[in-house]
Amino acid sequence: MKILTANRLTDGECLWYARGGWAETIDDAEIAADKEAEARLEDIGKAAFAANFVLDVAMVDIELVDGVIRPTRLRERIRAAGPTVRNDLGKQARSLAA
Amino acid sequence: MYRYDEFDHEFVQARVAQFRDQIERRLAGDITEDQFRPLRLMNGVYLQLHAYMLRVAIPYGTLSSRQLRMLAHIARTYDRGYGHFTTRQNIQFHWPALSDIPAALADLASAEMHALQTSGNCIRNISADHFAGAAADEAADPRPYAEILRQWSSVHPEFTYLPRKFKIAFTGSERDRAAIQTYDIGLHLKKDAAGELGFAVWVGGGQGRTPILAKKIRDFLPQQHLLSYITAIIRVYNLSGRRDNKWKARIKILVHETGAEEFARQVEAEWEALKDSELKLPQADIDAINAYFAPPSLPERPEGDEAVRLARLDSKSFADWLNQNVTTHRHPDYAAVTISLKNIGETPGDISDSQMDAVADIAEKYAFDEARVSHEQNLVLPHVARADLKTVYDALVEIGLATANIDLISDIIACPGLDYCTLANARSIPVAQQIATRFASLERQRDIGELKLNISGCINACGHHHVGHIGILGVEKKGAELYQVTLGGSADENASIGDIIGRGFGPDEIVDAIETIVETYLAIRSDAGERFIDAYRRLGPAPFKEALYAGEAKAA
Ligand code: HEM
Ligand code: SF4
Repeated sequence: MKILTANRLTDGECLWYARGGWAETIDDAEIAADKEAEARLEDIGKAAFAANFVLDVAMVDIELVDGVIRPTRLRERIRAAGPTVRNDLGKQARSLAA
Repeated sequence: MYRYDEFDHEFVQARVAQFRDQIERRLAGDITEDQFRPLRLMNGVYLQLHAYMLRVAIPYGTLSSRQLRMLAHIARTYDRGYGHFTTRQNIQFHWPALSDIPAALADLASAEMHALQTSGNCIRNISADHFAGAAADEAADPRPYAEILRQWSSVHPEFTYLPRKFKIAFTGSERDRAAIQTYDIGLHLKKDAAGELGFAVWVGGGQGRTPILAKKIRDFLPQQHLLSYITAIIRVYNLSGRRDNKWKARIKILVHETGAEEFARQVEAEWEALKDSELKLPQADIDAINAYFAPPSLPERPEGDEAVRLARLDSKSFADWLNQNVTTHRHPDYAAVTISLKNIGETPGDISDSQMDAVADIAEKYAFDEARVSHEQNLVLPHVARADLKTVYDALVEIGLATANIDLISDIIACPGLDYCTLANARSIPVAQQIATRFASLERQRDIGELKLNISGCINACGHHHVGHIGILGVEKKGAELYQVTLGGSADENASIGDIIGRGFGPDEIVDAIETIVETYLAIRSDAGERFIDAYRRLGPAPFKEALYAGEAKAA
């Protein structure tokens, strides 16, 4: 299973493609379960890059743990949360504040 | 300190305006990322995992209080309230929005700062001994020569598109505190028998995936030939350096493949044609730049001896700090103070905006308005009267920057690693934090003695792991972090590249492995005076391998 991610041009914020748009959190990312769905997401990524909305577009491997999206690579888990050494920074800080 | 002249001001302002325009066009979608990327890199802007990163140049690691306050302002206004000092004496801000960067650069320019040549295949910001101008063992202050090179190399068209990045470092002492043998060019300022100043020239050092120590290609280059000789070196490199393979493009590969002797011959041939050209430095020019670096006039403060003696008796923690963080100055009434940015359990090299402001205040009041960044990611106050040491110490205690651990095992160099860096394979910072915490006891650290532990999160080696007495390299294996250990590296005048000791360790094994290595050293050292590196050089890897892996071999 894969999801589509990128960084926003204006501020570098990590984004994931979700429900027809780009979200700042990973939780609702649209999951591609087969090659066809992957190709569709890849095209969306390419278009968003071409439209100068995002950069560093990538498809990342995930698994579902109790229904929650969990990227396979630590790198992507850190992108989704923030630095592991500063819980007060990045996305994790926002969910704490919320 | 060097002050911008009119040309410098105009040049930096023009560059800010140009980059502002480029960012606006990028944000408007008029230029593509492929077009923009090289432009932003020329202005110190990277994209990291969570955000953009702005790397600000700190030429030869020297800062005025005003400049340090400006860095605090940038951290507060455009970032998340902190900055990260790097092994190249620069500072990185890890969270700026692209749209804020023109304003940040304009603010920096008002304090004579910029982000030029902090990235890209040019001559990068030049580094120097952090005790320059203060060290008791120095032939002369090398920073004026670093500044001459900076002026000459800034956006020099011939050297803006080199095969690869190019890094130069200076020391003015036999005791190399600037790691010059790990640089593309390392320059050691010294005096010849007649008392004339000149340089030993080292070429072809570098870290990354192919660590190589520089070779000395000239023992003494009279100072007036600095520009012509460096030009000759870079011309040979520009002509013959490989452009077909990024991993073979550094000058270290060229020197290695050509052979140092043949390389030196080519440089000398090139230099013959250049040495009496307009690149020959007139003494008047050298003197003019030297005048900017004239040391502060240091009034006699003979009361320092007695003051320090009494304060030492009065406070054990002050005495510990004095022993560990205070270095002999060329003036007997003064000392150089190292401010550790390695508090136990915190991120090496990180400093908050309010701490930067406070250090700026201390520097202004007690250190002639000057601070330095060391390549070990600490700050230095180069000129403090011994009579003021206790006051400075108390002020540092107030802001939580009085940790007494310089050159000890918790004074760890670490790159940002996978917590921030897109290129990382593993995290560096948590490993540094856990090791420092394990060895938190100052008594234990002092018993272990001088031990340089360096950590990089990938083979690019930004954390200098190859030249740590103990080096830790993070790699990714089957999706998990794994840490490879090297022993026996060193970055000083007796530089060496560490040896990989054996299989790597998982995140929950690495701290124990380091402790095993340290305990092994303690058991085998000839006496308490034999440093880790000396014991390793005497005995080699065998005892450490035995301690780390013997159990496994038997089990297998
Ligand atoms: C976005 C963050 C960074 C990126 C993308 C980056 C990238 C790189 C790369 C690709 C190399 C290898 C160059 C080569 O071997 O040709 C390198 C080397 C190096 N970097 Fe970084 N780096 C980053 C942050 C840092 C930091 C934080 C430090 C200081 C703590 C640093 C200091 C160095 C040093 C000292 C070297 C080795 C010296 C050499 O060039 O041989 N870099 N970096
Ligand atoms: S060594 Fe690797 S992980 Fe560390 S900062 Fe450099 S590029 Fe990033």
